Amino acid sequence: MRKVKPFLEELEAKPFWTHLREHKLTAQRCKSCGKFFTFPPQGSCPHCLSSDYEWVSLSGKGKIYSFVTYNRAWHPSYEGKTPYNVSLVDLAEGPRLISNVIECAPEQVKIGMAVEVVYEDNEDYTLPKFRPALGT
Amino acid sequence: MSNISGRYAIVGVAETKVGKRPEASTHSLHLECIKACLDDAGIKATDVDGFITNQPLNDAHRSYAVRMANMARMQPNYATDLALGGATPIAMVQNAVMAIEAGMANTVMCVHARKRGTPDPTPGHPIRHGDEHWEEPWGHFSAVANHAFAAQRHMYEFGTTSEDLAHVAVATRKHACMNNNATMRKPMTIADHQASRFIVDPLRLFDCALESDGGGAVIVTSTERARDFPKRPVAILGMGQHHPHFSLMDAPSLTTLGGNKSSKVAYEMAGLSPKDMNFAEIYDCFTITTMITLEDYGFCKKGEGKDFVKNGRIEVGGELPVNTHGGLLSQAHIEGMLHVTEAVKQLRGHEVEPERQVKNAEAGIVSGHGGSLCMHASLILGAL
Repeated sequence: MRKVKPFLEELEAKPFWTHLREHKLTAQRCKSCGKFFTFPPQGSCPHCLSSDYEWVSLSGKGKIYSFVTYNRAWHPSYEGKTPYNVSLVDLAEGPRLISNVIECAPEQVKIGMAVEVVYEDNEDYTLPKFRPALGT
Repeated sequence: MSNISGRYAIVGVAETKVGKRPEASTHSLHLECIKACLDDAGIKATDVDGFITNQPLNDAHRSYAVRMANMARMQPNYATDLALGGATPIAMVQNAVMAIEAGMANTVMCVHARKRGTPDPTPGHPIRHGDEHWEEPWGHFSAVANHAFAAQRHMYEFGTTSEDLAHVAVATRKHACMNNNATMRKPMTIADHQASRFIVDPLRLFDCALESDGGGAVIVTSTERARDFPKRPVAILGMGQHHPHFSLMDAPSLTTLGGNKSSKVAYEMAGLSPKDMNFAEIYDCFTITTMITLEDYGFCKKGEGKDFVKNGRIEVGGELPVNTHGGLLSQAHIEGMLHVTEAVKQLRGHEVEPERQVKNAEAGIVSGHGGSLCMHASLILGAL
């Protein structure tokens, strides 16, 4: 069963998906007020509404703000893959992403845990996922 | 700006049989509500000049208020359908007040029915919220998980446990057991809750609302005109809304939600405070929603919800009866419409089973909560 794909053609988000193919996690930063946008990407700054922004590479470091463990498969592509983690990851630069903590058992995930990005390459798109940060 | 507190009232109320209604469609449930509500108010369809519905979760049901009004041969001077998730029923009542205050209508019916317990034999496709492509590729699919994120934060920040949440489920079930129109009427214990499986950890099956068929309706008019209606009118004393974010990725908090500001606006309009409330009908899509809203509404301090919900305090006969009908958790999930109708019936008196009637009920608060914990509406009602 095919996984649910992101919508790669979304106007405001296209650079995000293109950069991920090169294993770069990026976010929009406002050139007017200097603040990072939040996700999902949008056409002007959520803080000052300026449409003058740039895509900036992020460190890929973050901390778990909250997490859950799915014990039920809502989509057929997840049959047999429960339990799995879904987390709200606060990136070091500020924006928050919904993603997965992988390379560790769901019960080992904790709020405040340091994580770092890993890239999951699929046929025509790359997803940012996270693993416990090395050295923690 | 003049305060509208007490100048508008609910003069008609209706609630369909809930649960599994395979013989019904979304349309037929709405029509059933319309008929029952007109009968309750003692008026004809042509007496209604304002009509508000929810926006059904079906892409074929556009302009739904006008469609349903037409099916009952109403030709309203004001119509709209609202889409604020579980905050919709309260927002409908608020819109009714605003339409009358603006001089666009005199008698406004608000109807909300839902067909989620059994398949809806109606054309069309489900409506989605629009950000799924930022969630589903990572396996994030459900409202349960959105609220599980909040429960996890509440546990982290305040030491709340799954067993604390069980007290909400058990008290709510107790009320459902006294309600002849409730889906779940088998008593639940804390142990039953704790033995129920995790759906999205930390939320278990018994932390989750039902999926139901059914509907409810109310009719709003001015308090002046309300005295000519056959049933005891119920006054609208306070109303508020607050919507702090849309996406969970933007939520300023998962443990203080829109209810905090929304209720303050409503209390201020009513000139009342939490201690004046004789009961609370709190939107309970999940047990954690009830707990967070009780805190946000000022019934206890933030983080103390886990203690507040224990020792019978939120049961009929307790300090603050909560969800006296059995809520979304155990009566039926009609997106909070039956929280509104229940509050009206409690304040009329003698309309619910005597064992769950709140004694000397003078005022109560109703909450509505929707989306990814992002939308909130509050309504304070009072006996007249």
